[in-house]
Amino acid sequence: MSIDKATVEKIAHLARIEISEEALGPMAEELSNILTWVEQLSKVDTEGVPAMTSVVDVRLPMREDVVTDGNCRDAILANAPKTDHGFFVVPKVIE
Amino acid sequence: MGRIIQGATGDWEMVIGMEVHAQVISKAKLFSGAATEFGAEPNTQVSLVDAAMPGMLPVINRECVAQAVRTGLALGARINLYSVFDRKNYFYADLPQGYQISQYKYPIVGEGQILIELENGETKHVGIERIHLEQDAGKSLHDQHPEYTYVDLNRSGVALMEIVSKPDLRSPEEAAAYLRKLRTILRYIGTCDGNMEQGSMRADVNVSVRRPGEPLGTRCEIKNVNSIRFVQQAIEYEARRQVDLIEDGGTVEQETRLFDPGRGETRSMRSKEEAHDYRYFPDPDLLPLTLDQTWVDDLGAHLPELPDAKRERFISQLGLSAYAASVLVAEKEHADYFEAVLDQLEKSEAKPAKTFATQVANWITGDLFGALNKAGLSIAASPVSAPHAARLQKLIMDGVISGRIAKDVFEIMFETGDDPEKIVEEKGLKQVSDTGAIEGFIDEVLSDNADKAEEYRGGKEKLFGFFVGQVMKKTQGKANPKVVNELLRKKLDG
Repeated sequence: MSIDKATVEKIAHLARIEISEEALGPMAEELSNILTWVEQLSKVDTEGVPAMTSVVDVRLPMREDVVTDGNCRDAILANAPKTDHGFFVVPKVIE
Repeated sequence: MGRIIQGATGDWEMVIGMEVHAQVISKAKLFSGAATEFGAEPNTQVSLVDAAMPGMLPVINRECVAQAVRTGLALGARINLYSVFDRKNYFYADLPQGYQISQYKYPIVGEGQILIELENGETKHVGIERIHLEQDAGKSLHDQHPEYTYVDLNRSGVALMEIVSKPDLRSPEEAAAYLRKLRTILRYIGTCDGNMEQGSMRADVNVSVRRPGEPLGTRCEIKNVNSIRFVQQAIEYEARRQVDLIEDGGTVEQETRLFDPGRGETRSMRSKEEAHDYRYFPDPDLLPLTLDQTWVDDLGAHLPELPDAKRERFISQLGLSAYAASVLVAEKEHADYFEAVLDQLEKSEAKPAKTFATQVANWITGDLFGALNKAGLSIAASPVSAPHAARLQKLIMDGVISGRIAKDVFEIMFETGDDPEKIVEEKGLKQVSDTGAIEGFIDEVLSDNADKAEEYRGGKEKLFGFFVGQVMKKTQGKANPKVVNELLRKKLDG
């Protein structure tokens, strides 16, 4: 499968990754190579084989509905560049 | 009752589907042990999982799963014993993970339906497409500072059910009836409090128009409408906008729009368009969710009586009118109050509830609702408790007080919260049924108004009411009106 420069640009934008014009070409080539390599898997006949979701045979573990966490605002905010009155403060985002 | 829009070139039909986000009632969040309570100090109900700190892993809350299953069962929907959590990727300041854990291809609940009732008494089945479980985002406050947005993550990670209807709705009224009914059901089973003001129930509305009978038109999605009235206004505006657009030679583009309640119109949210590329993929942190049928059956067995069944029982077993039954059933608290009063009366009167159910229903939907409305109180905050209401009804049924006096007693009860028996005793409001005493009053009235008595006997029968009124006045309303009527007839006609 091959990926063009426009697709790379779009993916980069969706992922909020800045990528220079010169890097688009090589990146497209690299991604295409990776996808082609992975595509080899489709040669395996998986007819009737259920999708494997885990290497160990366990069910999704569940927690009981009990409050056991939270009340750690200082820790939550510790790495934030800017805070005020217990809020995270970020550049204005509004429609 | 579908709504037809008359355009310049002919009739158009509106087609509406709803996506309702209902916040799940649970103590802790969907994937963390932080609390969910509304209104806490900012960022105090946030765990390291909710803040998406590196290395944190989600562990699902069993109760949130149970709540989604209960909701599915209450809507007669298929419960999927196998469902999968996916990542829905987008960037926003109140979504620290950079993705929302949601369900895409394999939701926990499949197709079901809701029976809605319209103002004119018509009913209609509205299909449910699916319900999936997902995380709520945090809250952004844009009005705290001119240059910054303030973010509170308390809501981040609270469980949501997204309840998706089929495009079966055909008018703003049907959409409103759908939301009301859904809210009623969720509140009955206790899976969502249905509070639209606090945002625990939010609706996205999909609207398109078409010529009656033709294939579906292109739809627009109106995001986050937060009251039933606004949903109706938004649909009204949007459908008309699309008709005008098409009739002017334009085409409707599929897009996300925002309802502006101040202007009563919808407008495009162009910035959201790109965000639709969510790049869903199965969340590698979570195994598929598998349920045991026995567990599902057990949840079903413990569901309370649902509003449709209750309404049916009120009509068939208690003899209520369809209207009274619908009014009482609409809010679980109202139905509970009604049944508590009936229970008390059944015990104290040793009569079947059917014999007085209509009287009690009329009193609750009339006197009590009137007073509560005027005072701006919910039934939970009613100064008149169900046991007191039952005692008041008993005083009327036993003929201790007249219906007229009962209204006065009720007013005092509503003001003071006192026991009606105590009020009647203290104020001496007991009905006078003693014929001797009443006869005395009648004689007085007749001699005071001898001229009118003559006129009555001369054929002016309308005056009968006047005499009843005079006697009631003399007894300060305490005379048993039935006895007064009987005695008065005898005296005047005999």
